[in-house]
Amino acid sequence: MQLNREALTRAYRQMKLIREFEERLHEEIQTGEIAGFTHLYCGQEAVAVGVCEHLTERDKIVSTHRGHGHCLAKGCDVDGMMKEIWGSQEGLCNGKGGSMHIADIDKGMLGANGIVGAGAPIAVGAAISNKIDGPDENGDLAVAIAFSGDGACNQGTTFEAMNLAVVTKAPCIFVFENNHYSEHTGVDYAVGTVRDIASRAEAFGMKVWRGDGTDFFSVYDTFREVLEYVRVPGNGPAAVEFDTERFFGHFEGDPQRYRGDGELDRLRAERDCLKIFRKSVTGAALLDHADLDKVDTDALQAIENAVKASRAAARPSPENVLDNVYISY
Amino acid sequence: MAKMMYRDAIRNTIFQEMQRDSRVVVLGEDVVGGMGTAGGPEAIGGIWSTSTGLYDAFGPDRVIDTPISESAIMGAAGGLALAGKRPVAEIMFADFIGVCMDQLWNQIAKFRYMFGGKSVCPAVIRMPCGAGYNAAAQHSQMISQFVTGMPGLKVVMPATPEDACGLLRQAIRDDDPVVFLEHKFLYAMSGEVNDDPDFCIPFGHARLARAGQDATIIASGMMVSYAETAADDLAQDGIGCDVIDLRTTSPLDEEAILDSVEVTGRAVIVDEAPPRCSLATDISSLIAQKAFASLKAPIEMVTPPHTPVPFARELESAYLPGPAKIAAAVRKTLEYR
Repeated sequence: MQLNREALTRAYRQMKLIREFEERLHEEIQTGEIAGFTHLYCGQEAVAVGVCEHLTERDKIVSTHRGHGHCLAKGCDVDGMMKEIWGSQEGLCNGKGGSMHIADIDKGMLGANGIVGAGAPIAVGAAISNKIDGPDENGDLAVAIAFSGDGACNQGTTFEAMNLAVVTKAPCIFVFENNHYSEHTGVDYAVGTVRDIASRAEAFGMKVWRGDGTDFFSVYDTFREVLEYVRVPGNGPAAVEFDTERFFGHFEGDPQRYRGDGELDRLRAERDCLKIFRKSVTGAALLDHADLDKVDTDALQAIENAVKASRAAARPSPENVLDNVYISY
Repeated sequence: MAKMMYRDAIRNTIFQEMQRDSRVVVLGEDVVGGMGTAGGPEAIGGIWSTSTGLYDAFGPDRVIDTPISESAIMGAAGGLALAGKRPVAEIMFADFIGVCMDQLWNQIAKFRYMFGGKSVCPAVIRMPCGAGYNAAAQHSQMISQFVTGMPGLKVVMPATPEDACGLLRQAIRDDDPVVFLEHKFLYAMSGEVNDDPDFCIPFGHARLARAGQDATIIASGMMVSYAETAADDLAQDGIGCDVIDLRTTSPLDEEAILDSVEVTGRAVIVDEAPPRCSLATDISSLIAQKAFASLKAPIEMVTPPHTPVPFARELESAYLPGPAKIAAAVRKTLEYR
């Protein structure tokens, strides 16, 4: 552990913000106020934050349908995101995208994505662009990250993207978040690899890493090694698989009849990355409970503010349908 | 002006734009050709000779020879564009759109709108298309009907070397995604090309390829030269035709079509795609909606039959629209009482 108090507090704040963002959405969606499909990132916070805490705005990420955590971790505005999910004209995408299409190009966030497996080729393109731009004054390349789940790892696009990244030596990092469910199907059934997902990337000739996605420090330390490797010009891409947990269903409204007895309670008790973080940092006397409690309070308040702002935010007008259209008939 | 072939007009325009703007990047299967072989890079130089010499001039970072992975090519073009580059991607045969449709349709075409205008997507997707080489059902198709129907794409169908040059330069400089449909059978067509290095043809402006008062023939891509031949034949019999080369199918120059039909009262639409839900049906509907009162005869469509493209020479000839079928359709509208 090399993080100082400030960095530890920041990491916890980011994870807690994602957690409260998602927990609140889970409640709000049940009231019917929010339209459309929403896929919550609860349980996987340590992955998004453990990865993105290393990145700069030059680095790009491409996300998934379960993208809120990646967006927040990469620095997207909380209010702008909440307003987008509310479908407001003031949302990050003016209410045109919604939960599955949040993007903020200036922040290096090239889009969540409604199509499972569609992100990886886009990330490779961004990585090729970084390679063309060349290293910075420290000799480091900017990277592009493709977040993919265990579902996306079965899409041909992911395989094509991994191969193209290897062939072009693109500074791309394939982050596989294995939450054990692709939609409503178990990973042991759907991923027909003898070993794990990382071994697929290994078969493409990539250097791979593996980490515990419920432990922020495992993600953070593992990803630092991945990043150091990929930032070196000429090394090309790499992949990392994080074992993690999904606390909610595939989408909000999913009855989750595929879960085992007591599974969700057990995951919340034993595999909660926030609890694990708290235990770890208080046990090592790096932060105390009061510090963390203060972060918890602040995160709740930030989400409360975002929800209030979203309720009050301007709605789009019918004529906004034609905004950002370059050919009309 | 300089005389050159359609394929050279394309290659030269890419070359000049790569020289002018370091953000322009080329990618596709065998666009270098020979990578990883005894022959070495540029052993082939692109199977259409539309990328010959680019690798030697601009190097491997900007001329990217890809594996046979159309989804990765299309997706990488999208990612490059989002990251600020201006990719010119080649899908070797337009028929291969089937294996990369998601990256074109759900990604590239939608970024700007879906992200609320937070991004542009200056990607050019070149797709050699069309029949005439007896390349059979999976290497001969016209796909204009799919891409023209997709909101978020601009669609270009150059019919001459000069248009290939001016429209491609416009496409590369455009901030939005452009599908550039090059007809394979036109690659060897020779013609005068404006050699001004900034020569661009704006989108949405049709070209009047022939002028006449009796009927309007509307065509695109390779069909334009067939329509011109038909118009020249009809002129021998004193029948004068406007031949409208659409140049771009989206945006569509509705005004050029309607203005002509309002004069002639007779419309023949030539389309290389099958007859349903196509450019032909679309333009037919446009004329029926907006120039109904001018019509003196039912609108005629000249299209292939509703079949895959057949292989044998005799069958492919029977499949494709040609000058004789176009002239017959014009005569039919003139004979209508």
